[in-house]
Amino acid sequence: MREINVKDMIPIVKKLCIDANYYIGEDVISKIKEFKEKEESPTAKNVLDILLENYELADKEQMPICQDTGVAVCFVELGQDVHMVGGDFTEAVNEGVRQGYKDGYLRKSMVSDPIIDRINTKDNTPAIIYTDIVPGDKIKITIAPKGGGSENMSEVKMMKAADGIEGVIEFVVDRISRSGGNPCPPIIVGVGLGGNFEQSALLAKKSLLRSLTEKNPDPKWAKVEEEILAKINNLGIGPQGLGGRTTALGVFILSKPCHIASMPVAVNVQCHAARHKSVVI
Amino acid sequence: MEVHLTTPLKTADLEKLKIGDQVYITGTVYTGRDAAHKRLVELLEKGEKLPFDAKGQIIYYVGPAPAPPGKPIGSAGPTTSYRMDPYAPALLDVGMKAMIGKGPRDQTVIDSMIKNKAVYLAAVGGAAVVVAKSIKESKVIAYEDLGPEAIREMKVENFPCVVANDVYGNDIYKAGVEEYKR
Repeated sequence: MREINVKDMIPIVKKLCIDANYYIGEDVISKIKEFKEKEESPTAKNVLDILLENYELADKEQMPICQDTGVAVCFVELGQDVHMVGGDFTEAVNEGVRQGYKDGYLRKSMVSDPIIDRINTKDNTPAIIYTDIVPGDKIKITIAPKGGGSENMSEVKMMKAADGIEGVIEFVVDRISRSGGNPCPPIIVGVGLGGNFEQSALLAKKSLLRSLTEKNPDPKWAKVEEEILAKINNLGIGPQGLGGRTTALGVFILSKPCHIASMPVAVNVQCHAARHKSVVI
Repeated sequence: MEVHLTTPLKTADLEKLKIGDQVYITGTVYTGRDAAHKRLVELLEKGEKLPFDAKGQIIYYVGPAPAPPGKPIGSAGPTTSYRMDPYAPALLDVGMKAMIGKGPRDQTVIDSMIKNKAVYLAAVGGAAVVVAKSIKESKVIAYEDLGPEAIREMKVENFPCVVANDVYGNDIYKAGVEEYKR
């Protein structure tokens, strides 16, 4: 049994919030450059250049890539041989978020109530925390700030087995077609297949943690990802929806077993500012 | 075409714009997003005055990040515009001449732009540091309690955007997709 004081997590979460918002992954930069070479629309090429310039400037000026510094989504892989001591784990994560969003000059985007009292909580808490218990005595923490514009274009659909893979592909492509320029294309499309209603959505979100340079380890799904990506990029939406060939940089699928009656499909849309940073304690 | 505009905007200048034109704005822009729009339209419904004179002005859909030390504003790219569609026509009816945001507008807003000879300009979503560089001053003029959603008056120089809807009802989001879809 390894003891970890929850207070030690505060500065770690704080730094993850700031780093995730200031520094884009190299995978996004290289993918955008790759798509820019193939892009046919001059307007689209110009937008992609502006995005690349912006990532560079954010790093140089120590400012967030996007003003929407998102909901602080936190994935925790907690080793089962870890004993957390020194206080409340959830509160420690929230304190890290609070400090990161304050000292990093990140925008506070959370309201206390979704409908009746939409009052800003002024410190970007609460974070949304998902915990998986895993073997070992370490903790892996990932902070993935998620903006509202792309999240709003996401959807879960309870399909039937008879819809088949063709039905799934049609639903995903149609969801992106209906999203148009709203989610800040070029986007990354997270697809969660199977599980149940809520697990499919979580799978879609978790799929977005993959790097754009990594292929799906399952060749069956890698092929479907390529097919969906090609169809999406034939929609003509283009960067920012202004028309072009670069609508999505990648499609990521995660799947799980499901009930004999069900075929849940979730699409979680990620804007080009695909932000996530992890640390293992 | 590349066009430089200064505020307040003149109808004659807007009539020359076509979708796809690159526009650089210098002057004043007012910011507002969901919560501020709700309040502005409630004021208009009660017959009360807005916190700023809308005539010839531009509203920018943004909730900026806080200003780091020594900077007038933090990252400040556009937010998605369709959420303001229910409110936009009421503001155009009292003289607002342009909106800056990202993503397509609904037909009611496009019709209102034709009627009021107003335009919709698209800034690059997620290019928030690039956009912030063109913002030279920023102060909250209303609804401070809304935090990032408060209304700000910003002084901008060569603020970059593209004409997405012109005064003639053309829509770059439809035309662009039509041109590149397969």
